[in-house]
Amino acid sequence: MAAVAALLLVGVLGLLVGSVELAPTGVINALVDRLPLISVDHGLTEVESRLLFELRLPRVVMGGIVGSVLAVAGAGYQGVFRNPLADPYLLGVAAGAGLGATLVIGLGAGSAAIPPVAFAGGVAAVASTYALSRTVGGRTTTSLILAGVAVAAFATAVQTFLLQRNYDTLREVYSWILGRLVTVGWGEVWTLAPYALVAVTVLFLHRRLLDVLGLGDEEATGLGVNVVRVRRLVVLAATLATAAAVSVSGLIGFVGIIVPHTIRLLTGWSYRVIVPLSLVYGATFLILADLGARTLVAPAELPIGVVTAFLGAPFFLLVLRTMRGSS
Amino acid sequence: MISWQEVAVSFGGRTVVGPLSITVGDGQWVGLIGPNGSGKSTLLKAAVGIVPHDGVVDLGGRERKAGIDIAWMPQRPFLPDEMNVANYVLLGRTPHLGYLGAETRQDLESVERAIDRLELTALSDRALSTLSGGEAQRAVLARALAQESPVLLLDEPTSSLDIGHALEVLEIIDELRNQENLIVITAIHDLTLAGRFADRLILLGAGRVVADGPPGEVLTEEVLIPNYGPGIRVVNNGDGPTVIPTRSRREQFIQPTD
Repeated sequence: MAAVAALLLVGVLGLLVGSVELAPTGVINALVDRLPLISVDHGLTEVESRLLFELRLPRVVMGGIVGSVLAVAGAGYQGVFRNPLADPYLLGVAAGAGLGATLVIGLGAGSAAIPPVAFAGGVAAVASTYALSRTVGGRTTTSLILAGVAVAAFATAVQTFLLQRNYDTLREVYSWILGRLVTVGWGEVWTLAPYALVAVTVLFLHRRLLDVLGLGDEEATGLGVNVVRVRRLVVLAATLATAAAVSVSGLIGFVGIIVPHTIRLLTGWSYRVIVPLSLVYGATFLILADLGARTLVAPAELPIGVVTAFLGAPFFLLVLRTMRGSS
Repeated sequence: MISWQEVAVSFGGRTVVGPLSITVGDGQWVGLIGPNGSGKSTLLKAAVGIVPHDGVVDLGGRERKAGIDIAWMPQRPFLPDEMNVANYVLLGRTPHLGYLGAETRQDLESVERAIDRLELTALSDRALSTLSGGEAQRAVLARALAQESPVLLLDEPTSSLDIGHALEVLEIIDELRNQENLIVITAIHDLTLAGRFADRLILLGAGRVVADGPPGEVLTEEVLIPNYGPGIRVVNNGDGPTVIPTRSRREQFIQPTD
């Protein structure tokens, strides 16, 4: 309950803060007015209303969805690979999507082409990781992770090569890599939403099984769990959603590691709790980070990936320190 | 009943168990003994379906459903450090929940019963990493009991327990076996302890059954010394055969063979 309240609070805060000041009561009334069957006089002008509903609201909603997806996918990856350092980019999504975006920018195609190509790049990278791990070492998670490292290194190498050849695009690609929610409108929100919904649902339903996988393949099998199937489903759902998120928002780091871990440290070790809370706190964290990105060096904007790391890393260390100290 | 019929397990082309056949009837307690590497753990894992095997594991004609018909307590369980005891024992209910199901009140009651039986109630909120070796071993056993399976395969259930707790835990298992007519099969290194509780001992050597019978017949110097080496004395007092290590082994130490 407290988590949902925090999310709502941060969400409203995200709507209020920006280059143009909006009256808090006006914003809240305008939101309430949009609810079905309720009509409230909000007193915002036509321009203010459009600013609120066509710029700020989609951006906040997008931040929330991307944050949720990254945090929940991170929790899923950590559960499936039994590795606290696993993040949603582990199997090469980020490198593949980065290569896709670099290609689009380098070829001078319009920025509208970035999301689909980045998505395709991310999914193709993870698919190669899977195929590669099959050819080298069967179904162990170690061979999968190592294959992911190889694929990511390869994609990054190609990307670096392309950047060297097209030096003038460096800045644009770099800004994409650091992540941003700047250009977001409702169109991107609706593109991402179905992937997010499917991934979150799959991970939510598998949260108990992630606990069982934590015992290792043998014990999980002994408890009647089809380890290979669960792992494949969770990775598939988490990967598709991460690729979709990355394609519209760029590479936003640390969310997938910091959010689930903070929850784990604070609430104890069970994905039955970690998955739902990651959903809510992932959204809260990213909306807050975006708020920081917009305000810290206003009127300029910081890349959100810089903010998540800048705020997230010290906070995470603090939690780690407090918990280790008390146990 | 559970029976291994011509079961054989190979790793990398090398047969490590069998082919062997063993049948255990309902309500029976079998102690699986044998030197390190003789195939005790592998035999149990084959029954659970964790290691691929030739031959058939038959449960009286029923289809083998992992986790429901057989509860297995591994020798070296993986304990997620920060998980608490209650959540850990709840994992034992997994096979009863269906693929995406959630636990019901009945499942929580089974968990509570298992925790209570192993006297872990006071520890149920504690993280596994904060437990002593003996407490952790009881938590693993509680998880296996929560499965409420008719067959209990316990791989070294008392290896971390002092003699007092070992006796206590084995008494609890015995009580359960009598109440529910369970099949209990324990791989166990302490031969004397094995003989006190099991109705029947099966001695494995290099993956095959070397001796099979009541403790009085298997726990003899004639049977044990060829398999474990010299330095073993068996004394029979009122409580049954007692295996005593002696120092004579030092002079005639033999190189262990693979």
